[in-house]
Amino acid sequence: MISISPLLPALTLGLGGMLLLVLGVTAKRTALQTANGGAMLFLLCAAAATLAAPDGVLFNGLLKTTLFTRFADTLIYIGAFTALVLSFDFNRKEGIARFEYPVLVLFAVLGMVVMVSANDLMSLYVGFELQSLALYIAAALARDSLRSTEAGLKYFVLGALASGLLLYGISLTYGFTGTTSFPAIAGLLTASVPTGALVGLTFVVVGLAFKISAAPFHMWTPDVYEGAPTSVSALFGTAPKAAAFALFLSVLTGPFGGLLKEWQPLIVILAVASMALGSIAAIMQTNIKRLLAYSSIGHMGYALIGFAAGTAAGYQASLIYVALYVVMSAGAFACVIAFRRQGQAVETIADLAGLGAERPGLALGLAIFMWAMAGIPPLSGFFGKLYVFLAAIDAGLLPLAIIGVLTSVIGAFYYLRVIKVMYFDAGKPGFDRASPGVNFIIGLGAVVTVLFIVAPSPLISAASAAAKALMG
Amino acid sequence: MNLAGFPILSLITWLPLAGVFYIATLKGEEATIACHARKAALFTSLVPLALGIWLWSQFNTTVAGFQFNEAYAWLPGLAVTYKVGIDGISLVLVLLTLFITPIAILSSHGVTSRVRAFFSAVLLLESFTVAMFTATDFLVFYVFFEAVLLPMYLLIGVWGGPKRIYAALKFFLFTLFGSLFMLVALVWIWRNLGTTDIATLLHTAIPASAQMWLFVAFLVAFGVKAAVWPLHTWLPDAYGEAPIPGTILLAAVLSKMGAYGFLRFAVPMLPNAVQQAEPLMFTLGVVAVIYISLVALAQTDVKRLIAYSSVAHMGVIIIGIFTFTVEGIEGALVQMLSHGLIIAGLFVATGVLASRGEGLAMNRLGGLARNMPGFAVLLMLFSLANMGLPGTSGFIGEILVIVGALKVNFWVSLLGGAGMVLGCAYMLVMVRAVLFDKHSSAAIAAFTDLKAHEYAALVPLAVLVLWVGIYPASFTHLLDAPVAALVQTHTAALAAHTQLAMVFSK
Repeated sequence: MISISPLLPALTLGLGGMLLLVLGVTAKRTALQTANGGAMLFLLCAAAATLAAPDGVLFNGLLKTTLFTRFADTLIYIGAFTALVLSFDFNRKEGIARFEYPVLVLFAVLGMVVMVSANDLMSLYVGFELQSLALYIAAALARDSLRSTEAGLKYFVLGALASGLLLYGISLTYGFTGTTSFPAIAGLLTASVPTGALVGLTFVVVGLAFKISAAPFHMWTPDVYEGAPTSVSALFGTAPKAAAFALFLSVLTGPFGGLLKEWQPLIVILAVASMALGSIAAIMQTNIKRLLAYSSIGHMGYALIGFAAGTAAGYQASLIYVALYVVMSAGAFACVIAFRRQGQAVETIADLAGLGAERPGLALGLAIFMWAMAGIPPLSGFFGKLYVFLAAIDAGLLPLAIIGVLTSVIGAFYYLRVIKVMYFDAGKPGFDRASPGVNFIIGLGAVVTVLFIVAPSPLISAASAAAKALMG
Repeated sequence: MNLAGFPILSLITWLPLAGVFYIATLKGEEATIACHARKAALFTSLVPLALGIWLWSQFNTTVAGFQFNEAYAWLPGLAVTYKVGIDGISLVLVLLTLFITPIAILSSHGVTSRVRAFFSAVLLLESFTVAMFTATDFLVFYVFFEAVLLPMYLLIGVWGGPKRIYAALKFFLFTLFGSLFMLVALVWIWRNLGTTDIATLLHTAIPASAQMWLFVAFLVAFGVKAAVWPLHTWLPDAYGEAPIPGTILLAAVLSKMGAYGFLRFAVPMLPNAVQQAEPLMFTLGVVAVIYISLVALAQTDVKRLIAYSSVAHMGVIIIGIFTFTVEGIEGALVQMLSHGLIIAGLFVATGVLASRGEGLAMNRLGGLARNMPGFAVLLMLFSLANMGLPGTSGFIGEILVIVGALKVNFWVSLLGGAGMVLGCAYMLVMVRAVLFDKHSSAAIAAFTDLKAHEYAALVPLAVLVLWVGIYPASFTHLLDAPVAALVQTHTAALAAHTQLAMVFSK
């Protein structure tokens, strides 16, 4: 007998998405408003259902819900909800406001929720592909724009390659263990590991590294972030990152949990490469969306530090980091969405000159997110870094922590440059007023980022519980 | 909870934030906002000052440890609590911060653009600085030590002089680089001794083998902040380019953070290393006093001259701290207080000159004693105090440091004292060029004397300079117990180490 309640979030998202699709096709005139409102409603319902759902295993072990999946799901909902709010006004102004977008977001979220809860390689792949396909289309949402279609195509080709690698890894794992169930694989891959399974593990890691855009599998990120409509980039920068990271954690600690010694070096390499690339390559960027893309690569590197530690404290630190990053990233993208002059989106950093004098609130918002991403106390980003570095040191990965500290100083330079341009350089950006929704997201994100120092314990305790659930 | 029965330290620390919120919500014409914001900022900085004075009256001077302690659960899983408390050393510096902030606000009439942001930054700076001085947990200390950077960076970069962007970036990167070393030391101490609670750390011995590199890390971190020669190069740029209120806060309060760091962490926690580093620190201090004094003598700009004079006096403070005698350390602390008051006075006076609109180049000023008698008297007083004239606060600090140094090393005492003579030279050069000589232009002769708000900023500073100079006991009795304990622990730790070495050598 399957209890329905752990399934409710996925059902809400799936059926809700289909309902909106039907409504959109039948009632053309009100389709957009219905879809926007409906998508927000279904996301909230799904979030409520997720938080109320008990732990459990569904469909003969295909899916599993634990405190860990609920933690990741919550991050996904927060990211997707924010991106949705940001998209309303932006898409209308860009002339790409189509009712399909909220529906795509719902399906992408459904895919993410399924893959995070996956307890079997098959359900993992199904969820993974569902979210990827929805996101490929979203990237090419501005179908009349060369940049957007190019971004969509690049994302699709490289994403398909990643999916292929992942699938190849899955098939190898299946071939050498004879099962696709996570607990069964975990039981088999302990002491003596067949080389084929190790190759499979490597391919799985590569496929997942693509999705979190960890270097050296990051190549699609700057182009896609820059080319896709900013509202879609805001989605890419939040929910899928959190989802892919959570999946990464659950796969490597679940079926491959016994191979910690084997995958730890891979994660260390990914972390070092991402941190170095994220901080050095970003220095030269003039487009703020590309800057945020490189910054997201760097941040995934820091989050991977905690992962590489391979301890409960490390996973906890990674989860804290990803959660704080989702907030900072959503806020930063909200600021980018707010940068419009006479109806045209502004994306170069040099155009921000004089913003501090003209629009102090907006400038302060972006300054807070930049400083937080740079990891300057007392903002939230510092505590994220503190937890991952401490976890790494306790796990004996001192060099990794040192590299992290050094790259964060290099990274501070370019974040500081954005603040410098906004506050110190003279200019008249003459930006339009942003919509209340965008301002609300900026304000909320800034408040959370600033006040994290006052009340850090809810997030930290939740991450701790999630990490314990992950360890089983 | 604590002696006061309510969280007085938190109140003092975070009350300025109320002012920040109020100022942020002001609306209307630029000029009216400026006026309201200035008044609101002044008021919100006076309330903590009043609370600070009350705290001073309630302070128990016989206790060496932390008082008025507060602790709040903070970072779960890392066993870090948000802990604050004060001993005599931090009380003096907290009082200095609380006192200097309204002075800086009073001397901010030159700031006319983006006034709301300006006063918000000043008040934020006050909160962060007080939070740092009252922190009794290393991590809390580190967080606010770095947090101070944010408002200061904006103060220099937005409202500064022509080279402000360069100065702001240099300031930020130097201090960030420095505090990174502190972070490394902090994490090492945390992981190896298992706590970040300062009171516990003071009684935990750190292996002598690790002390030296920890000391180097502290030296870089605090040395940059305290502008110890040769880590001072950011300072003349930052002081020269920052707006006057920013310069006042930097020179009077922020430069003390470094010296405070040495006293709070390096000296008590690393007794062997600091003892070994004593000759190095004496050399750096003496070089700062003599070489920087000569550099100051070569300046042609009033503000930069005072900036270099500030570095020279930091050298005296460093010498005092590293004598490890009660006289030397107490002298260094009195010097910190006195330097804060005097340098603030001198920079306020510089601000007065700048506001008259003829620049700060010394060859374009002169003869101001004739048409600005009130200004002349006060500038003369601060200049004499900066030279260490008896009866002013400068004398008390310097004589104590010289006495302390004499107990340890005659040459340091002699050379340090000689450097102070150089202080007379450059200060007198400046006073002559500004106040005496003849008017270099008709515009100078038309300068008007001090206005009410300028008197309001300068007179309290002058009164305190004289107070510390004539009756230093009001302040030194706060320092007696903690400094005595500090010196005693230091001697005991060294004795234990020597005994151990003797046991091993037998």
